[in-house]
Amino acid sequence: MTPRSLLLRGGRVVDPSQGIDDVLDVLLADGAVARLGRDIEAPEHAEIRDVSGLVVCPGLIDLHVHLREPGGERKETIESGARAAAAGGFTAVCAMPNTDPPVDDPAAVGFVVAEGMRAGYARVYPVAAVSVGLRGERLAAIGEMVDAGAVAISDDGRPVSDAGLMRLALEYTQTFGIPVASHCEELSLSRGGSMNEGLVSTRLGLQGIPNAAEDVMIARDLLLAELTGGRLHIQHVSTRRGVEMIRAAKARGVQVTAEATPHHLTLTDEAVDGYRTEAKVNPPLRTAEDVAAVREGLADGTLDVLATDHAPHHYDEKEQAFDDAPFGMVGLETALGIALTELVGKGVLTLNQLIDRMSCGPARAFRLPGGTLAVGSPADVTVIDLNAEWVVDPDRFLSKSRNTPFAGWKLVGQAALTIVGGRVVWDREVGPR
Amino acid sequence: MPVDTDLGKDLVGLEPLSAAQIRAILDTAEPFKEISERAIKKVPVLRGKTIVNLFFEPSTRTRISFEFAEKRLSADTVNISATGSSVAKGETLVDTARNLEAMKIDMVVIRHSSSGAARFLADRIESNVINAGDGRHEHPTQALLDMLTIRDHLGRLEGVRVCIVGDILHSRVARSNIWGLTKMGAEVAVCGPRTLMPPYVTELGVQQFARIEEAIEWADVLNVLRLQLERMQAGYVPSLREYNRFFGVTRARLMRAPRPLLILHPGPMNRGVEIDSDVADGPHSVILDQVTNGIAVRMAVLYLLAGGAPERAEAAKSAPEAP
Repeated sequence: MTPRSLLLRGGRVVDPSQGIDDVLDVLLADGAVARLGRDIEAPEHAEIRDVSGLVVCPGLIDLHVHLREPGGERKETIESGARAAAAGGFTAVCAMPNTDPPVDDPAAVGFVVAEGMRAGYARVYPVAAVSVGLRGERLAAIGEMVDAGAVAISDDGRPVSDAGLMRLALEYTQTFGIPVASHCEELSLSRGGSMNEGLVSTRLGLQGIPNAAEDVMIARDLLLAELTGGRLHIQHVSTRRGVEMIRAAKARGVQVTAEATPHHLTLTDEAVDGYRTEAKVNPPLRTAEDVAAVREGLADGTLDVLATDHAPHHYDEKEQAFDDAPFGMVGLETALGIALTELVGKGVLTLNQLIDRMSCGPARAFRLPGGTLAVGSPADVTVIDLNAEWVVDPDRFLSKSRNTPFAGWKLVGQAALTIVGGRVVWDREVGPR
Repeated sequence: MPVDTDLGKDLVGLEPLSAAQIRAILDTAEPFKEISERAIKKVPVLRGKTIVNLFFEPSTRTRISFEFAEKRLSADTVNISATGSSVAKGETLVDTARNLEAMKIDMVVIRHSSSGAARFLADRIESNVINAGDGRHEHPTQALLDMLTIRDHLGRLEGVRVCIVGDILHSRVARSNIWGLTKMGAEVAVCGPRTLMPPYVTELGVQQFARIEEAIEWADVLNVLRLQLERMQAGYVPSLREYNRFFGVTRARLMRAPRPLLILHPGPMNRGVEIDSDVADGPHSVILDQVTNGIAVRMAVLYLLAGGAPERAEAAKSAPEAP
């Protein structure tokens, strides 16, 4: 990369990692944050962007995306996903390993790293499989995969059903300093289910997935993290009891982080009414009581991270009878707008808290570079227009998929610029770089 | 025709219908009963209409009942069953729908194993869609024929106490009955093993009885559901013998009832499991009346969806042209 500098002039810099919320200039040079201050003099040949009226924050990081490559390229590729991420304001994403073939060996990890670099939008960090073939039987080559670039392990999409294997994973990873990210689902309680178990599932005649299917697994994993001293990250928490148990575990010193998704923060199982397959997701959309608890958990820091669980599906897979449609929804291009409108706009979180949960928190949970504008850190920056009004139109997504329950939602706030390594990879005015 | 009884394009379930709409269907069924008693069981009400019976699940009774209803109204019918059709070759439901639409048909009667399949089809084609059972969701014509049969025998639905007995969890018949009966002012209860009760079922406005004896003491009518044998294999009940012992509708139990109970069963029956033979064949069983009424109710639904007016049903029977 040509050593070049970019001066962001006059924005409101919000960096919870340093406790900064002030109108400042930010100078990025040689891929790093070079200076924060008032009236910084632009170096020779620096590009200057006037960002007055906009928020400048450490780049958003999404710990949970499915980029589908290899094997699912008609739904998404690493390139299309990384581009969609950039358009959504994310400077880095963590790609789950449940591809075909799965990312369960160092070569596959290397492929994801290389494709991410080649795409050159948001950084793409591979999350590698816990078990060979995601089969839940024996550990994959975790050390070698970390050497190849994996930042965490997960069998996401399915749980690690065998408690003994989960224990081994939480122990073995301690050599390498990475967390085990857990999709908490007790299959014997969820099997055959396609939505939340409750009044709506009874009305619609759909088999339900009870909260307990998630809660018993969260309880198990918290106990195993406590037993082993390993680092646990609980994915897509959707239940009230789940939040409570994580809060209690943190209070007694268990090394656990956890995430919430935009959809579990904003939608209930009522969104499924009418057999809307775009609202079919796992864990399922729960009740208003659960939504309130997840919001509270995100606000008080029990849940450290807002992550999308971006799960692209081809339109014809979703255009089926509800039971036959796959689980999952896209989220990269709506997460920031949804969070600003529904959480910050409605007083659930402050802007500082939201930026912490979308940038600093994720960086801490997976020990990733970024999540801060401290001098010397990577020049990954998101510039946000808090006042931009827009309507979610899936036809305009850069993702290859359109499966969102948020189509038509009127949102306020979006990414104006996404900067990775000092390079603008998304500019609202001109599109992707 | 008064707007509030217009059924719209489709009959997907009873949940969205009003009491007035349900009453209109039941009232319209009355004059159609007589057609099946004639020597020549045919009227020209749906002459020139094309109806496809699209059955993705095996069904004998419902399919034959619809077919008789259609033929007695002079419609042209085609039966498609999943086995041996393009469906079995992997065609999606949406492609099936588009192909049917391209063949310029007038109505589709659909039976499918997925809840919501009838609505899915109805949203995608212009033809009228009638739900003949979708997964665990609804089976509206079954509930309509159940209600017609109860009304025939008790003279009313309002205030009648109906207990649905058995596997409520997996039953579309139960859901349609709950919606229909509660809208018509009946009191509804459910009874069966707790493993076969849907969560929050009482929030649908029904009582729940843990034991069949309590249900029998309370009810005027028992609607006894079939216990699918696969429920036992899946472990919902330990054995058929135990099911019969604790939930079977037996003569000994009915003898202790404070009043004679009307006995309904949507069929096909497992004699000796959910219902004993001497009850099924006994004086209070109206199971065969249900079968007869099924044809009249389905004729009424076909007629109304084709644009017929309830008050003209009697005249339509001899009319030279379709409504």
